[in-house]
Amino acid sequence: MRRAYFKNNWIAALVVAPQLIIIFVFFYWPASQAIYWSLTLEQPWGGGNTWVGLENFRTVLSDPVYWSSIRVSIIFALASTALAMGMAMILALFADRQLTGYRLYRVGMIWPYAIAAPAVGLAFRFVFNPNAGLFSFINTIAPETWNPTLNGTQALIMVIIAGAWKLVSYNFIFFLAALQSIPRSLTEAAAMDGAGVLRRMRDVQLPLLAPTFFFILVINITDSFTDSFGIVDTLTGGGPARATDLMVYKIYSDGFRGFDYSGAATQSVILMGLVIALTFIQFRYVERRVHYT
Amino acid sequence: MADISIRSVRKAYGKDEVVHGVDLDIYDGEFIVILGPSGCGKSTLLRMIAGLEEITAGEVAIAGQVVNQMEPRERGCAMVFQNYALYPHMTVAENIGYALKVAGMAKAERIARVTQVATSVGLDGMLDRKPGQLSGGQRQRVAMARAIIREPRVFLFDEPLSNLDAKLRVQMRHEIRRIHNRIAATSVFVTHDQHEGMTLADRMVIMNKGTIEQVGTPEEVYDHPATTYVAGFIGSPAMNFLPGRISTAGRAVVLEGGARLDISAAAALGHDGLLVQVGLRPEQIAIAAPGQSGLPVRFDFAEELGSGRLYHFLHEDLPVTVHSDEKRRFAPGEPATLTVPPVAVHLFDAQTTQSLTAAAALAEARARVNA
Repeated sequence: MRRAYFKNNWIAALVVAPQLIIIFVFFYWPASQAIYWSLTLEQPWGGGNTWVGLENFRTVLSDPVYWSSIRVSIIFALASTALAMGMAMILALFADRQLTGYRLYRVGMIWPYAIAAPAVGLAFRFVFNPNAGLFSFINTIAPETWNPTLNGTQALIMVIIAGAWKLVSYNFIFFLAALQSIPRSLTEAAAMDGAGVLRRMRDVQLPLLAPTFFFILVINITDSFTDSFGIVDTLTGGGPARATDLMVYKIYSDGFRGFDYSGAATQSVILMGLVIALTFIQFRYVERRVHYT
Repeated sequence: MADISIRSVRKAYGKDEVVHGVDLDIYDGEFIVILGPSGCGKSTLLRMIAGLEEITAGEVAIAGQVVNQMEPRERGCAMVFQNYALYPHMTVAENIGYALKVAGMAKAERIARVTQVATSVGLDGMLDRKPGQLSGGQRQRVAMARAIIREPRVFLFDEPLSNLDAKLRVQMRHEIRRIHNRIAATSVFVTHDQHEGMTLADRMVIMNKGTIEQVGTPEEVYDHPATTYVAGFIGSPAMNFLPGRISTAGRAVVLEGGARLDISAAAALGHDGLLVQVGLRPEQIAIAAPGQSGLPVRFDFAEELGSGRLYHFLHEDLPVTVHSDEKRRFAPGEPATLTVPPVAVHLFDAQTTQSLTAAAALAEARARVNA
């Protein structure tokens, strides 16, 4: 393939400048600021800072509260990703069967992706409300069973379900597109070979979804680590007793409620490193297994 | 054993009917080719036999059993698809053995069968490759092996050779015929390529716009086409058509412009004054000196074929092509006369497009064969 080169370098620079400026202003500059802050002790009310080296990291990483936040975040990421991908896959397999009314259904499935995270959180607050929500029927059968404002495990389950729900529609779009790009003749050939509907899904459709599956996995894991703030804030506020205090939420509450800018910056850097490491691992060890040609 | 009977089968997508009531009997062990242009409903018909397409109306029976409501796997058919439809994530061995795996055959037995079938189609040493690493011809063989291994009662082929280059196509055509002879299953082969149809078929079915135009052996279809459509579709170069009128008294057909061609068929002579299309095969026309009785023409241009030559003439501004082994030289516009034996003059009713001569000639030919 021939590539077009710009003879004039400063025109090339001008063309890419807007993109570079945006990335710089919204990523590199704040990221480098966070790294700088994580190495200093910042005064809460302004007025200078002191260089402390890696002291902040030592403090954060020796704090058992922070380790419990990491644990909760990992549980949340794995569970909501698994739930979101599983649900989306099942729904997409059904939509791909093109049963009556699947067009309407497809559009309806995509809508939730347009809803902002805080709105999702608010909606689920009603759903999970122990007194009036859908889940209150549990309390009707067995009183005092469902109460996420007191029970940490229940609160985490609630946040996982809400987080997964938000991702389902996004995943669904990709899974459906991938399913529909599988040639019809392949499933027909499998039908001629004697495989029923479920067998065809297992032996032909799912293996061919592997590249999409991997892409969605990376996106979902990253998303559940970094983009779950709105749900936690509206649903639980990190509680009860820090049971849903995800890393990204803890950054916010330590930084803007506790005015511990340096601690929050340190946590941001750790979170960034964690996400980069996870993505690297996925590309290194998972991606090579998903190509079939 | 595995004869297929198709009774007034129709297929409609919504209000749009694409197959308009097809009746066809396919005998056990026969190689049937369904031939027609794209969009004539031939693939749809095949897919209805396979069970991949619902039958809107009518009945398909395999070995005496109506299969309309049966799943594809219950019908005992194997199919070779146009684009091979190999499973890209499975090796060649897994592709070929998939049907056996689904059927629950033990692994050791399965591997033995796969190896045996793969050898029979010339795929030794490729069993561990993925379809993406194979050439077009090899993929075709895998598709064939995948069909063979099931020992089907019926083989269905949906234009399986159209993705191959010309040389490979001929080679695979021969192999398909050999496999058919060896396995003795009933084969139904869909194609738009008349050479494939003529060379492979025991009997061919010519389809056009969702209906059957003619069913017969390749020889019958070529010698006695039942309609102008079949006459124009079968044969290369295509048959020449000239408008004319039957004259019973003169035992001839009079063309526009007054030229006369003698005809012998009694069936046609009953229709005095009928407007007809006169069909002349390029290879049955002889070139004679000008002034003799026959079709007066002027030379237009010639095409060299190596083994022969195509001469293009004009009769009253209508093109007439002649295929001849003789190498002759004509100047542009040079007059000549074309002669045709009376038995080689095909006559079609100009209105209905039905042949006036085919039915009687066919009956006579079959009687001769049986006698």
